This record gives sequence, structure tokens and C-alpha cells, in this order.
Amino acid sequence: MTGTEVQLANQIGRSGLEAGHVGRKRWRELSARSVTSSVRVQRPTEKSRTRANMPAVSKGDGMRGLAVFISDIRNCKSKEAEIKRINKELANIRSKFKGDKALDGYSKKKYVCKLLFIFLLGHDIDFGHMEAVNLLSSNKYTEKQIGYLFISVLVNSNSELIRLINNAIKNDLSSRNPTFMCLALHCIANVGSREMAEAFAGEIPRILVAGDTMDSVKQSAALCLLRLYKTSPDLVLMGEWTSRVVHLLNDQHMGVVTAAISLITCLSQKNPDEFKTCVSLAVSRLSRIVSSASTDLQDYTYYFVPAPWLSCKLLRLLQCYPPPEDGAVKGRLVECLETILNKAQEPPKSKKVQHSNAKNAILFEAISLIIHYDSEPNLLVRACNQLGQFLQHRETNLRYLALESMCTLASSEFSHEAVKTHIETVINALKTERDVSVRQRAADLLYAMCDRSNAKQIVAEMLSYLETADYSIREEMVLKVAILAEKYAVDYSWYVDTILNLIRIAGDYVSEEVWYRVIQIVINRDDVQGYAAKTVFEALQAPACHENMVKVGGYILGEFGNLIAGDPRSSPLVQFNLLHSKFHLCSVPTRALLLSAYIKFINLFPETKSTIQEVLRSDSQIRNSDVELQQRAVEYLKLSSIASTDVLATVLEEMPPFPERESSILAKLKKKKGPGAVSVNELEEGKREGGELNGGGERGDNSAISTPSPSADLLGLRTGPPVTAAAPSAGSLLVDVFSEAGPFFILFILLFVCKNNGVLFENQLLQIGIKSEYRQNLGRMYLFYGNKTSVQFITFTTTVTLEPLIEGGAQVQQVINIECLTDFSDAPLLNIKFRYGGALQNLTLKLPVTINKFFQPTEMASHDFFQRWKQLSLPQQEAQKIFKANHAMDTEVLKAKLLGLGMALLENVDPNPENFVCAGVIQTKAQQVGSLLRLEPNAQAQMYRLTVRSSKDTVSKRLCELLAEQF
Amino acid sequence: MQFMLLFSRQGKLRLQKWYVPLSDKEKKKITRELVQTVLARKPKMCSFLEWRDLKIVYKRYASLYFCCAIEDQDNELITLEIIHRYVELLDKYFGSVCELDIIFNFEKAYFILDEFLLGGEAQETSKKNVLKAIEQADLLQEVSTQSVTSEHLCKCIATPQ
Repeated sequence: MTGTEVQLANQIGRSGLEAGHVGRKRWRELSARSVTSSVRVQRPTEKSRTRANMPAVSKGDGMRGLAVFISDIRNCKSKEAEIKRINKELANIRSKFKGDKALDGYSKKKYVCKLLFIFLLGHDIDFGHMEAVNLLSSNKYTEKQIGYLFISVLVNSNSELIRLINNAIKNDLSSRNPTFMCLALHCIANVGSREMAEAFAGEIPRILVAGDTMDSVKQSAALCLLRLYKTSPDLVLMGEWTSRVVHLLNDQHMGVVTAAISLITCLSQKNPDEFKTCVSLAVSRLSRIVSSASTDLQDYTYYFVPAPWLSCKLLRLLQCYPPPEDGAVKGRLVECLETILNKAQEPPKSKKVQHSNAKNAILFEAISLIIHYDSEPNLLVRACNQLGQFLQHRETNLRYLALESMCTLASSEFSHEAVKTHIETVINALKTERDVSVRQRAADLLYAMCDRSNAKQIVAEMLSYLETADYSIREEMVLKVAILAEKYAVDYSWYVDTILNLIRIAGDYVSEEVWYRVIQIVINRDDVQGYAAKTVFEALQAPACHENMVKVGGYILGEFGNLIAGDPRSSPLVQFNLLHSKFHLCSVPTRALLLSAYIKFINLFPETKSTIQEVLRSDSQIRNSDVELQQRAVEYLKLSSIASTDVLATVLEEMPPFPERESSILAKLKKKKGPGAVSVNELEEGKREGGELNGGGERGDNSAISTPSPSADLLGLRTGPPVTAAAPSAGSLLVDVFSEAGPFFILFILLFVCKNNGVLFENQLLQIGIKSEYRQNLGRMYLFYGNKTSVQFITFTTTVTLEPLIEGGAQVQQVINIECLTDFSDAPLLNIKFRYGGALQNLTLKLPVTINKFFQPTEMASHDFFQRWKQLSLPQQEAQKIFKANHAMDTEVLKAKLLGLGMALLENVDPNPENFVCAGVIQTKAQQVGSLLRLEPNAQAQMYRLTVRSSKDTVSKRLCELLAEQF
Repeated sequence: MQFMLLFSRQGKLRLQKWYVPLSDKEKKKITRELVQTVLARKPKMCSFLEWRDLKIVYKRYASLYFCCAIEDQDNELITLEIIHRYVELLDKYFGSVCELDIIFNFEKAYFILDEFLLGGEAQETSKKNVLKAIEQADLLQEVSTQSVTSEHLCKCIATPQ
């Protein structure tokens, strides 16, 4: 038994004798070491659970009923029994609250407290708020206190209640009774709602700076204001109070300074100029604390450390500002920082972990400030040495923090070299630390200290660590290795080796960005292309290699296989057979990439043509059920058989170099590391790079790029890669080989949900314009058929026979009358047939007639809207969709679209001004369908939530579908 | 600090204090996730971990875990001592505190916390001062205040403005 265990056992033994503590487990301040003996400590609790054990003595006023209830709950054997007991209690409380007999304050307090307990157990509470509010006006302190606690925990946005609560708070704030004022301030700080900010943000600064306010009230007021500032910064205006608030740093009462400094720090971050006088005050306060003897500050000394919380906060406040300009102030501050660093070397005044934690908390905060200033080489190097000592400390916590702190130190030019001297310790930490979060810190630090001089060592260590690394950190490790390898590559063969190793060791964690990047670099640097081809060829020899390896291999051999074809061991056919042996194990995108590699092989090595054509011609390719694979097989087969060698050479020319740009991997890492660090553009760019690289994996991707991407010129000008084969818009050789197919314009109908006029369809021959108007359940549509060619269209027919002839360049008009009989979801079809230069053209279009065209807008007041909204509460009457914004979230554009929808856009209905609500009635011959709509944009997430309620379920559903595509 | 949670080794939540506005659903989700994460950690591991974009600082006292979520720039070690000071306050108030004290007198545990931390920041770090405030409140319980205040409030409730 260790010493601690003996002590604990004694403690438990003794507790058995003490009245009121029978069988209770104690947990007086256990150090980390004693936690290990907790099995022993646990036993008495197990035993005691069988008894209905309540503490015999309860501090303050006991509520016996509450204690009995809690102990009942604890004795419940199952979840069901607990729920049953709770329901019984809820019924009891409800009847007590509803009963005729007025409850006395004590009972009310007891029941409210029980409700609170039930809520904290995780059950819903839907009554008792009013009783809690009543308690606020009790003249008994404990009743008031319980009332406030209930309100603090169970805030209800019920506006009626908020007003009552605010009234009670107002009374207590003006009571001049400091305990009541504190209770009220605590409540505001705990709830922190906007309504409270509106009511009290003006009053609290006055209380904070008033000369006759008690210290304890000042403390509460300061932090209360901080909380309100965090939720509603626009409502908390310090204005004239600013300088008096700053001067709270000079207050005699340490508690007041401690509370006030949190507020000042927060305000300084937002308005540094207005609060900059706090710097010299903070420095002098800090200097007084740092130089005080350990007993000077009495109760503010914590385990022989003078005012650790206040010291940390002072150092934190100073980090909101640059180094002080005033030489004297700066000198004093540097002195403080030196003293703090010196104290770290002194022998500890206590062996307790609390002493060292408090002392080191100040030290780490001081180091943060030194790093923030980044201007005192001497201090930076001292900080680095200090952290170096911590790297080998026996406390895991200190090792963790030292690694974390050194990471920021590594980026300073003054201390980068000093940090590098600890490389061996850090590598050791990566290998031997037992806690994954510490290893993660070590990996971060290695990444931060890496430069040209140690890159090879660090990358090698990280790679070898990767083999055993935790799954949770592998992806990030892979990204970091990839970035370091690229950034510090002197010879690119090392880079290629590293990335291929990365794929071999952790292929599953190698994201697309990583393997795209290696291909980009190989393509851009001709000195490494031969080496890359040779290395991937060797890597592919492994019987089981990762699919990412096949991708890189396929791409690189397709481009540069010729560079190693001279060696009979890697002759063209050997290369092809090697790649094709992997084909059947791969996913569709990889197979598509391999097919592109094969067609490139035909160009590089004419002798492989017949073998490859054989493969392409096989049923498993040319009749593949996957449309992309089938299309590639068909197109490539056709291309290889009809195109001349010259054409083939032009089409399948080597990929041109990629434009230099920021590594997409870096962008990805930034994204992982924190939102806001990288713009969406960069990431999209990464994706686009992907599109061009893997040979246009998806047809949709290519045609979706409407704005010219930085790579567009690359595709258009050199017409090299087979990528273009897949893009219908490219208009290159390949496209002409096949007839233009595809009913892709069906989607055009969605463009007309919010507007009535526009171009419905257009190709090289024909343009169809549309104009339409609707009233009630009737509509009229004008169709304009324009012939864009100079040749006549003959026997032009639509489902309704029209003019049999449209002259070249001419336009004819068709009018369609529409009547809406009942609600519908499928639009009517329009079939058009005509002859153009002898060829029969056949076209089927959906007419842009959607249910919303028959909307009659309905204006209504907020009250009516919510009443009707509630009336439509059947689950099937509501349709809801949450979707990503496809367009910029511009309020005016949204408004225009909603108006175009045909409903009335109602202002001042939704309590949230960002939201839109609309109302309208759909007129059909059979019935009228009232519909309400609510659209909630979330600008931050770039998402919308759309809710539609209408009296007919099919209508809600259809409207929701139509609209979800509009925004 | 964004929130503080106290839970037992069995994963039962004993105290929760939230300093940022969150829905009940989110609170429950966070609690579930964190309790699981922290309970899965071994005794000798370090007391800090990264979780979402927050830093979690936790410490175990016998059967109870104290767990705080702080922001990126907050100091981990001083937060560890915030936890310890709170334990000391509970210990002093209840006289050798144990988990049962917190279960049966949960409201007191909340009151003590409110005197010590407010809005997620330290309000009063002196043990003596915090306990003085709590004991004063305990003494006050039966002392009635001027009835003017409550009469005035009753009027307000009767006639909503």
C-alpha cells in the first residue's frame, strides 16, 4: 500500500464513525497519483447505494420533501421505474400548482426545486415557470434564490414571462440590498438574452462605476456586462464610462480587479484605441504582484503563488496590444517578464501540484506575451530554453503545453534556430508518448520547426510514425508530410519517393489533393518525369498496391511511359499488362482514368494499338453498365480506328504544364485547421484541378463550369488531353465524331418557376421564347419559335399543328390557352417536329407551367399568419427542405424571386427580420388551396430552410420541390 | 470558459453550467460526446484535449470528473486550478464533500459556482470571500426585507405594461 492509499483508507475508516457521513466516500483533493487507488475508494459507495442514504445534515434550510424525492429516484432500479416516479411527482406538483389552496412560499420553493432537479436529470419541463417567477418577488432570500436559479437554468422565451422576470430583476437592482442585487446580476449573466440586454445594458455600467456600490456587486456587475457584451455588443455602450472602467484596474479590492479585467480585455479586443490607457495600468499592477512576497496578498495568494488568476489575465490583456511605446513602461514590463522567467528556475515553495500549476500558468502566459511581441530576442531564447526543460518534465500536462507553445515559437525568426535544437526530444516524444493528444502536439511541432536543413530527417520520422499512428490523426499527418516534402524538396526524385511512400503506407488517408499534386509537379518538371515513371512502374509491381497508387501510376505511365520503354523489362506491352492487371480491382473513376491512359498508350506506342483495341472492344468495356466507362471505351475505340496518326498525336499530346498556384493541399490543411483561414475559392480551385487531372471523371463537372477557370485555356488551346472528349461544349474534333445527344434541357423548366418570360430552349438551329400570363386558374402562353439558321425548316409541327413552314431567320408565334383543373406536379409536354435540310428534327420539351403560376397573393397581418400557420399543423400538410444555397444570398434577389413565385411577401411577420414569409391561394377549377411559406436563410452556413404548409399535401410537396432549386 | 460539466464515473451528469447560448438538444449532444470521450481516457493521460474548436480541461476527483471547455486563447493550467478552487470551496462548505452532497444539495453547488465564476470568468478567487458570501446568504434566509419591494412587484404583475 502506498502512502496515499493508507491515508485514503484511514479517511474512509474515520468517516464511518462520523455522524451524518455514514458510508460516504470522500474525495478531498486527490492528486493525480491517488486517483489510481480509486478502486479501493469505490467500494463503500457500492454498499451504500442499497440504503436510502441521504446526508443527515443539510446545510442551510433543508427541504425534506426534496431529499426524499431525490433518494427515491436514486433507489429506482431501472430507467422505467425512474420515469414512473418522475411522472408521479410531476402529476403531484401540477395538481398542487393548480389547486385552489394557495401554496405557501416554502412549498412553492420546494416544488420548483423538484422541477429543476427533474429537468437537470434530462427530462422536459413544461410548467412551473410562473411559480418560479412568483418566487422572485418573495421576501425570503432562499425562495428568491431558488426562483432565480430556476429561471437561470430554464429560460423560456415566452415574452410575457420575460417582462415579469425583468420587472423582478429591476426591483432587486434598485433595492440597494447588495445580496439581492448580486442575485439579480447573476441571473442576467446566466441568461444573457437580448431582451435582458435591452432592459439592463444601460443601467449596469452605472452600477459598476458608482462610488457607493459594494465591492461584491461591482464584481457581479462587471462580469454581467461582459456576458451582455458578448451576446449583444451593439447594446452595450461604454461611452462616458470608459475611463472609469479602465481605472478599475487600480481598485484596492483584488476581487474587483479580477472581475473587471475580464470585461476590459474583451472590450479592448474590440476597441483597442479607446481602452489603450489600460496598458500602463496593467503593467504597474502586474509589477506590484510579481514583486510581492508570497504572503502579501493574503487570501489572493494561492499555494504560495501571488494572485495567479489576476496575473494571467493581466498578461492576457497586454496581448491585445503591441509592446508599450513608453520606454519606462516597457522597461518595467520586461523586468516583470524576466522575474517570471527567473522564478521558474527557483526551487518550488511547495511540492503540491497546485503550486506548480499556478506558477506555470503565469509562466506560459508570459511566454505567450513574449511570442506575441516577437521583438525581444533575449526573452524569446530564454522562453525557448524554458520550454525545452518542460519537454522532458515528468508531468504530462507540462510536456503537452511545452510542445504546443513551442509551435508558435518556431515561427519567430529569433527563436526558430533555438527551437530546432530540440528536434531529437520532439522526435522521441512522437515515438514514445503514451497519450495520443501529446503525440499530436509533437507532430505539430515537428511540422512547425521543419526547414530545408532538417526536412529530410523530419519527413522520414513522420513517415515512419505514420505506420503506427492513430487513425484519428493520420489524414492530417499525410497532408503535413505531403506539404513538407513539396516545400523543401531540393531534388524532386526525393519528393516523388516520399509521396509514393505515403501512398504505400497510408493510402487510405491520401486525399485526392495529395495525389493530384504529385502529378502536377511531375508534369511541370521534366527533370523528374523519367524517374517518376520508373518509380511508379516499380511500385506497381507489388502484388497488392493501393488504388491511389494505380491512379498515379496510370496517369504517369500514360504521359511518360515512353521514357522507360527502352528497357525491355518495362517495354510498352509490359507496362500495359501491368496496369491492366490492376484494372479489375479498381473502382469506376480509376478505371475511367486507366482507359484514358490506354488511349494515350496507343499514341505513345503504336505497337500496343491492336492489344488495346482488343481490350476496348471487349464486352466488359464497350457494353459496360457504367455509362462513363462505356462512353470512354466507345469513344476511344472509335478515335483510335478513324483518326489519322497526326490527328491522334495532336489530340493525345502530352499534358501542358499546370499554371503555378498555391498548393491545394495547403488549402486543405488550412481548412482542417480552422474555418476562415482559407476562402472557398481556393478549395474549389483544388476541385477543378481535380477535374482536369483525372481525365474528367464526371461529365457533369465539366459542363458545370460556367465561368472560365484558370485552367480553361489549358483545355481549349492545346486540345490535348482526352478530357475534352467528355465535354459536350468543347466543340473539338472528338465531339463531332458522335451525334449530339441528351435531353439535358429538361431542367430548363426550373428557370421559369419564379418568372414568366424568357428563353425556353435554344440550340444551333432553334430558339424558343416564351411569354405567359396567368389569372386565377387560367393562363395564356405565347411561344415564339425562332429559326437561327439561314435555311428553311419544313413541316414544322408541334403537338398542336402550327404553320407548316418557318422561313430562315424568321419567327412565328403560337398561343396556348391553359386552364388549371386541379393541382398537378407534371408539366405538360410540347413535342416539336420539323425538317431541316432534309434531316428530321424531333424535340420534346416540358412547358414551363408549374402549380405556382396559379397563385393569388394574399396579404395578411402577423397575427393572422400565425393563426393560419397553426391551423395547418397536420404533418402531411407541411413540407420542409434544408438545402445549400446555389446563388449568392442577396436579400433583394431573394425578394424578387419570391414575388415572382406569385405569393404575397409579408413584411414584419417573422420575428427574425432575415426570414421571409409568404402567403397565397392556388386557384384551380376544382378547389382553392391556401398555402403559406417560410424561408429561413442561414448566411453563415450558406444554407436555407424552406417550410411550406398548405391545405393539400401534394401541393406542399410540389412547391417545396420547385422552390428548393431556386435559391 | 464556455461551459463546465460535472459527471460521475458511471457517466451520470451531476452539474452543468453553460456560459454560451445553446439549445437543449445541443447541450445534450455535447454532454454525451464529452462524457464518452473523457471517460475513455486513461488515468495518466494529460488533462487537456482538443475537441471541435475548443480546448477541454478536465480533472478527476475520486468518482467525479470536472470538465471545462475553454477557448483557444485561454490558459489550460489556470483553468485546472479553477476546477481545484471550486472543489476546495465545495469541500469547505460541505465539510469533506462527496458526490452525494452534490446530488442532494445541487442547488447549493450552483450557488457556490455562481459566486466563484460568472459568465464563464472568475468573479472572486479568494476562498474566504466566496464562502463569506454564501454563509451570509444562508444566514439571511429567514430575514424578510421591506415589504414595499414585493408589493410594488405584485402591482407590476397585475397590470402588465
